Amino acid sequence: MSSSFLPRLALCLSPLVACCADEPADDDGGAPGSKAEVVVSAAASLTDAFAEIQAVFEASHPDIEIILNLAGSATLSAQILEGAPVDVFASADAANMELVASTEELMGEPRLFAGNALKIVVPPRNPAAVRGLGDFAREDLLLGLCRREVPCGRLAREVLAREGVSVSIDTAEPDVRALLTKVASGELDAAITYATDAFAAGEDVDAVDIPAEENVVTRYPIAVLARTRHPTSARTFVDFVLSPRGEEILERNGFLAP
Amino acid sequence: MRTRSRIHRPASAPRFWIVLAAAGALFFLLPLLGLLTRTPWAALPTLLVSDVVGDALRLSLFASVSATAIASVLGLPLGWMLARVEFPGRGLVRGAVTLPLILPPVVGGAVLLFALGRRGLIGGPLAEVTGLVLPFSIWGVVIATTFVSMPFLVITVEGALRAMDRRYEDAAATLGAGPWTVMRRVTLPLIAPSLLSGVVLTWARAFGEFGATITFAGNLQGRTQTLPLAVYVALERERDAAVAISLLMVVVSLVVLVLLRDRWWRAS
Repeated sequence: MSSSFLPRLALCLSPLVACCADEPADDDGGAPGSKAEVVVSAAASLTDAFAEIQAVFEASHPDIEIILNLAGSATLSAQILEGAPVDVFASADAANMELVASTEELMGEPRLFAGNALKIVVPPRNPAAVRGLGDFAREDLLLGLCRREVPCGRLAREVLAREGVSVSIDTAEPDVRALLTKVASGELDAAITYATDAFAAGEDVDAVDIPAEENVVTRYPIAVLARTRHPTSARTFVDFVLSPRGEEILERNGFLAP
Repeated sequence: MRTRSRIHRPASAPRFWIVLAAAGALFFLLPLLGLLTRTPWAALPTLLVSDVVGDALRLSLFASVSATAIASVLGLPLGWMLARVEFPGRGLVRGAVTLPLILPPVVGGAVLLFALGRRGLIGGPLAEVTGLVLPFSIWGVVIATTFVSMPFLVITVEGALRAMDRRYEDAAATLGAGPWTVMRRVTLPLIAPSLLSGVVLTWARAFGEFGATITFAGNLQGRTQTLPLAVYVALERERDAAVAISLLMVVVSLVVLVLLRDRWWRAS
């Protein structure tokens, strides 16, 4: 914390910067009127919800520009560890957040802002008549999961293993959107994604519920990286995600409360 | 081609020319150096004998060699047609052949799905009649790889044929040689160096293919996961493994490119 505290203290003491105002300007002390660009690395499953949050947030915070960097959580954590200029990290699982926290300083503890469960997705009208997790052992079907390094892949394998299904998949896709595309186009008979992805795909896919006792809920943590050049703006954004307004947008996109 | 060597005076160049050339070379050597500095040398043997790497190497070699073979069998006649025969729509065909060079490979994979996927234009009926489904199989990898690499062969062959002195072919034909004899005894030997370089380029592109493969054929170890896909998957979690596989690809490619290049240069 100390590395970011001193410059912030200096900013507060400067009479030119209205540090305690509701809408802080560029926390770099940059030229007035210039926007603070906050880079938000968000898990691919947040694509639609965060696009909406971004629009609403930017409308009410004209001095802050949110730049969304969307990819699988594993890709995002790798980018951050390689030094990518990221201000906020919203991960789809605790593991990738912990990985980042193990080598990067965070501003405060990561906070949970949403929950997600798994669903089986199938092409419209379920041509292969998939009924549950047990079907993922069928060799006559074309089945896909996310690769095991990303949360949707790890969680899907977890629930399948717990149910004792000897999995026979045909592809391990790099991220959940790639997987969903292959189901929507009918190339795969079934796949396991987040409930939110099934929700976002709308009529492109049908969903088959996984009973709650077989399912697993993942929680999404969000944190500001200590290396951010816009600590106040970044925090303002995180607070917005956690606010009732943010929660409402997340719920509208199929997320559960954290 | 009996005139094996001509005598040349050693080339001399202005100094700035050499500096620019050196800068150009550095541009390619530096990333290689970067790879070498990140290589975990001590762990290299253990990293490279894993199942994942073995499977991926086998699939990569199979797919790249198959793609090169298909590209040669189809691409040589196609390059010849484009260079020698005026037919309606030739410009369109040439453009379509060049398309995979311009399209992002991921889009290449997607258009292959539209055509050859299980619900595709050809792939749909194919799956219904024969039960053969190309995506998620090794044949899907071969098709995706051929799609992105064959243009190199067609373009090289067409360029070589256009640059060639056609009087040799005319002379052979006047002396009574049939079209196939002319092709075999005159045309092909004359363009052999270009053809070989086209084949090598095609193989190199096929060996490194990633985007179209993962989009069209998916990613499964032992079935469709070639070396580039294995690198991509390893890059985020097992950095050392990714670097090791990259190094393996560089070594295999350099061996092939340097050996073949030396061979054909001496031969021509």
